[in-house]
Amino acid sequence: MKILVPVKRVIDYNVKARVKSDQTGVDLANVKMSMNPFCEIAVEEAVRLKEKGVAEEIIVVSIGPVQAQETIRTALAMGGDRGILVQTDADPEPLQVAKLLKAVAEAEGPGLILMGKQAIDGDNNAVGQMLSALLGWPQATFASKIEIDGAVARVTREVDGGLQTLELDLPAVITADLRLNEPRYASLPNIMKAKKKTIDIKSADDFGGLSGGHLKVLKVTEPAKRVAGVKVETAAELVSKLKTEAGVI
Amino acid sequence: MAVLVVADHDNASLKDNTHKTVTAALALSGDVDVLVAGQGVAAVAAEAAKIAGVRKVLTAESDLLGKQVAEAVASCITPLMSGYDAVLIPATSAGKNFAPRIAALLDVAPISEIIEVVGPATFVRPIYAGNALETVESGDAKKVITVRATAFKAAGDGGSAAIEAVDPGPGAPKTRFLSDELVKSDRPELAGAKIVVSGGRAMGSAEEFHRVIEPLADKLGAAVGASRAAVDAGYAPNDYQVGQTGKVVAPQLYIAVGISGAIQHLAGMKDSKVIVAINKDADAPIFQVADYGLVADYKSAVPDLMAALTDAGH
Ligand SMILES: Cc1cc2nc3c(=O)[nH]c(=O)nc-3n(C[C@H](O)[C@H](O)[C@H](O)COP(=O)(O)OP(=O)(O)OC[C@H]3O[C@@H](n4cnc5c(N)ncnc54)[C@H](O)[C@@H]3O)c2cc1C
Ligand SMILES: Nc1ncnc2c1ncn2[C@@H]1O[C@H](COP(=O)(O)O)[C@@H](O)[C@H]1O
Repeated sequence: MKILVPVKRVIDYNVKARVKSDQTGVDLANVKMSMNPFCEIAVEEAVRLKEKGVAEEIIVVSIGPVQAQETIRTALAMGGDRGILVQTDADPEPLQVAKLLKAVAEAEGPGLILMGKQAIDGDNNAVGQMLSALLGWPQATFASKIEIDGAVARVTREVDGGLQTLELDLPAVITADLRLNEPRYASLPNIMKAKKKTIDIKSADDFGGLSGGHLKVLKVTEPAKRVAGVKVETAAELVSKLKTEAGVI
Repeated sequence: MAVLVVADHDNASLKDNTHKTVTAALALSGDVDVLVAGQGVAAVAAEAAKIAGVRKVLTAESDLLGKQVAEAVASCITPLMSGYDAVLIPATSAGKNFAPRIAALLDVAPISEIIEVVGPATFVRPIYAGNALETVESGDAKKVITVRATAFKAAGDGGSAAIEAVDPGPGAPKTRFLSDELVKSDRPELAGAKIVVSGGRAMGSAEEFHRVIEPLADKLGAAVGASRAAVDAGYAPNDYQVGQTGKVVAPQLYIAVGISGAIQHLAGMKDSKVIVAINKDADAPIFQVADYGLVADYKSAVPDLMAALTDAGH
């Protein structure tokens, strides 16, 4: 079985995003970029499935600027076999991403698509569900445990109130939550090996083109800032302030 | 313009997220219907019918709808959309799971977790863990939107909408429900609680989390939350996680015990009315958003707080 893993290059999770003064977006110039953390978890899970003998090949795909090759390279160093970059300088919406990924999936014929539940830039939490719907495949989002058993996947999902386990017929789309695994650091020899792995550079036109956008961002603004309050010396002072000043208890 | 609101419920009772989502829907249109999709939902539908401003309540029932399986919910809602211009769905883990699926089936762009309705096609939503707010205009004739309920006031009661059953749809032929493991608790639910007490990595063990955080929460009638670090380490169940990728809460009072205040955690609680932080590190970033900070070891501070609350009649 082939596993397709879509990965997104995003602002590093340790960096605090700053809004541009002209309100057109978030300033990404000279900001550290990394693989979206949830995509890293998806890559790790794919590599573990390959190590268990469940998967033969891991194909990593990213839609983004030329620098997204670095993100793909990181995934190859973790154990991916080859990469596809669908190069575009546009910042495609989830629906556009899902349509391109559908075309990639149709070209590659994976038995499983493993991806992140959410990209930490747009916080959309949408592409996996949309891809699954467009392909007509079953979905399991927010996975914290995955078991592949022949032609089915059993997936434990994080839901409100606890956990839910579903069984899906393959091929399927599964999105990773934080507790699915802890991604490995690529070793130096694997980083060297990854340099020799192929990354095919494609354009959106190779996968049906970038369909028109449905959304227009009118502005991006900074949220109201919270100001730090006061330090209290004792628990008794805290209780008294919560009662009389704040009136919340 | 007609809007469909998808009710948040557990088949037994209606959740307040529904009332808040109705408020968002009423900002779009006067014609608001509520869909209760589930199993054995007559009582839930009766509650929904009482929400002021609701025109009609639809019910759809099947086993898989009862388990909120995304394919089943989407296959039920998508055909209903011929009669609506927008569907508003509370951004719960279930809502986030099925909403984009409906959008894809309708070939529209979903809009995730709105916090404000600016106009009929214009919405505000947080991005980058709430460090930026995006005002976005939808060009789609039909809109699929998830709603961050904490940003809206709950619609009141006083309605008496008619209840009508609709087709549950074809279900999910490629998906089977196997089991669930739900945490039972008598405490208030995180979403919608007036007071939340959250514990972090400082707790060091599940036993300590139970020993320290839960009695404090119970004394205040509060819900219990946790940081990702505490959940990852197994001190608290996964659905306690507050943050960018967990639950978003905005209670009257949020008490963070032994939580550093990473941006991903702040994303889930910084809209709380009053924030209290107890942390032994005076430089912990949580103090930058706390209204009241207590620099102390929780091991002495929490018992002191319990005693002070008792003294104050709690
Ligand atoms: C993709 C992604 C998504 C994430 N999503 C979330 C999310 O949704 N929610 C979330 O919470 N995190 C999330 N995180 C994790 C986040 O970055 C932090 O790692 C996490 O919030 C830290 O948890 P913590 O504050 O409990 O632990 P720490 O950062 O380790 O802080 C522990 C604090 O306890 C204090 N302390 C220690 N001992 C004591 C004591 N005896 N008394 C008092 N204070 C004490 C310390 O001074 C410290 O400030 C996410 C991370 C990533 C990469
Ligand atoms: N530009 C992209 N290229 C490849 N994968 C993407 C891209 N955007 C989103 N994804 C995938 O979709 C997941 C969810 O993203 P989102 O729905 O945008 O929050 C991510 O974790 C990725 O796996």
